[in-house]
Amino acid sequence: MKMNTKRFLYGLSLLIVALSLPGCASVKEYQKSRINDSEMELAGRKAEKFETSFYLYREGASGANGGKSSGGCGCN
Amino acid sequence: MKKLTVTVALMLTCGLGWAQTKNEEEPSYEARQLKVEEVNIVSSYYHQEGNNSAVTGGIGTEKLTDYANSFDLVLSKLDRKNRQHTFTADFNIDYYTSASSDKIDPLTISSASKSDVHVYPSLSWRVRNPRTRTTMGIGYSFSTEYDYTSNGFTAQWAKNSVDNNRELSLRASIFLDTWQAILPAELRPSNYGSGAENDRVRVDEKPRNSYNLAVSLSQVVNKRLHLMVIAEPSFQQGLLSTPYHRVYFTDGSLTTERLPGTRLKLPIGVRANYFYGDRMIVRAFYRFYADDWRMVAHTANLEVPVKITPFLSVSPFYRFHTQTAVQYFRAYGQHNPTLLYHTSDYDIGAITTHFVGAGVRIAPPGGIMGLRHWNSLELRYGHYVRSTGMTANILTLLVKVK
Repeated sequence: MKMNTKRFLYGLSLLIVALSLPGCASVKEYQKSRINDSEMELAGRKAEKFETSFYLYREGASGANGGKSSGGCGCN
Repeated sequence: MKKLTVTVALMLTCGLGWAQTKNEEEPSYEARQLKVEEVNIVSSYYHQEGNNSAVTGGIGTEKLTDYANSFDLVLSKLDRKNRQHTFTADFNIDYYTSASSDKIDPLTISSASKSDVHVYPSLSWRVRNPRTRTTMGIGYSFSTEYDYTSNGFTAQWAKNSVDNNRELSLRASIFLDTWQAILPAELRPSNYGSGAENDRVRVDEKPRNSYNLAVSLSQVVNKRLHLMVIAEPSFQQGLLSTPYHRVYFTDGSLTTERLPGTRLKLPIGVRANYFYGDRMIVRAFYRFYADDWRMVAHTANLEVPVKITPFLSVSPFYRFHTQTAVQYFRAYGQHNPTLLYHTSDYDIGAITTHFVGAGVRIAPPGGIMGLRHWNSLELRYGHYVRSTGMTANILTLLVKVK
């Protein structure tokens, strides 16, 4: 991978760490009514299942999106 | 890369360095018998049109229609140690027709996979221990098409912080695939089969194996913001080219697609969900991707569910994707015959795509049409445009029973 790609990944990682640090302040269970809303779920949603499949077939990049990243042909 | 490793290690340390305070999760009494958590039925219709089929060397129709259906059942039970067991059974079936597959063997009326049925069930078992705040699970998946079979094995482990605000998760998967090397009609050696159902002449079988490791860390930042970062390196080996893809050289000669026997992929994604006000949620996703075939890609997705009422939401979305071509890609008739590897498959070419659409979700408290267990109904439509001129439309219907 090129040098600028490595720098980009390093910067991205630092940004994520920086964003995560304030999370050390605890949010209590009774304060999570919004966090627990079904639309706030971080995992891939069921209704997007087949959209994720066609991205896998029609694009060269895959993974890190909560969907299946291998297995099956997808060659049509 | 060393700096990246140090940073990931720092994140994991942060993820594991949870306060050792009193465990507040010990449940009191709950029924221990097996119960149905939910049932999801998803149906989708997908249609695409384009003129860069790899089967015909980067030109020719890409017309494809796919009808996909999925049924999943989630069951759970508590054991004597108050551990929660979750069992998921998932059955999927696709029926598709592909105009480009019909060009594998244009001399016959019907080629090997002009239309096909793709069946892919999976089973998984997960155990959550509230005392240790860990979740462990295993899974098996199977996939079969006319010329392709896949067996997948997954193991996962996750640990939550005491306050449930942070989760570190690991998931390792292996997919062991086998496929028949069906060749275009004019490129078959003598005594090599067509792969058609009534043809008993031999066709080679080749392996394609994939090894994935997904590491994710999620964090509740505050009462409205939830973040997750996920890295999912993947290594593939075996037959990674598609044998019935044609390639045309600059001198006018023709051969089949040829690609290296290994591929190392590194995607890193960040997901952020933010609850804005009382009615709007912003769901954002970004992924950086690089692999050793020199493809670099960026993907961004934004979806904004708006709660019109507490039970009705509308979710417009937009997804952008851009990727560079793998180093072996050339368009039709532009390949150098002296080079070892070659492909004219635009799926791994330089492309930019846009996907835009909206979903409507209804989840009334008394159930859909008064049926208490019919929890929700969701309808989504999306329109996909690729810089090569390919377009696609997808319509999805989700029924959730709880």
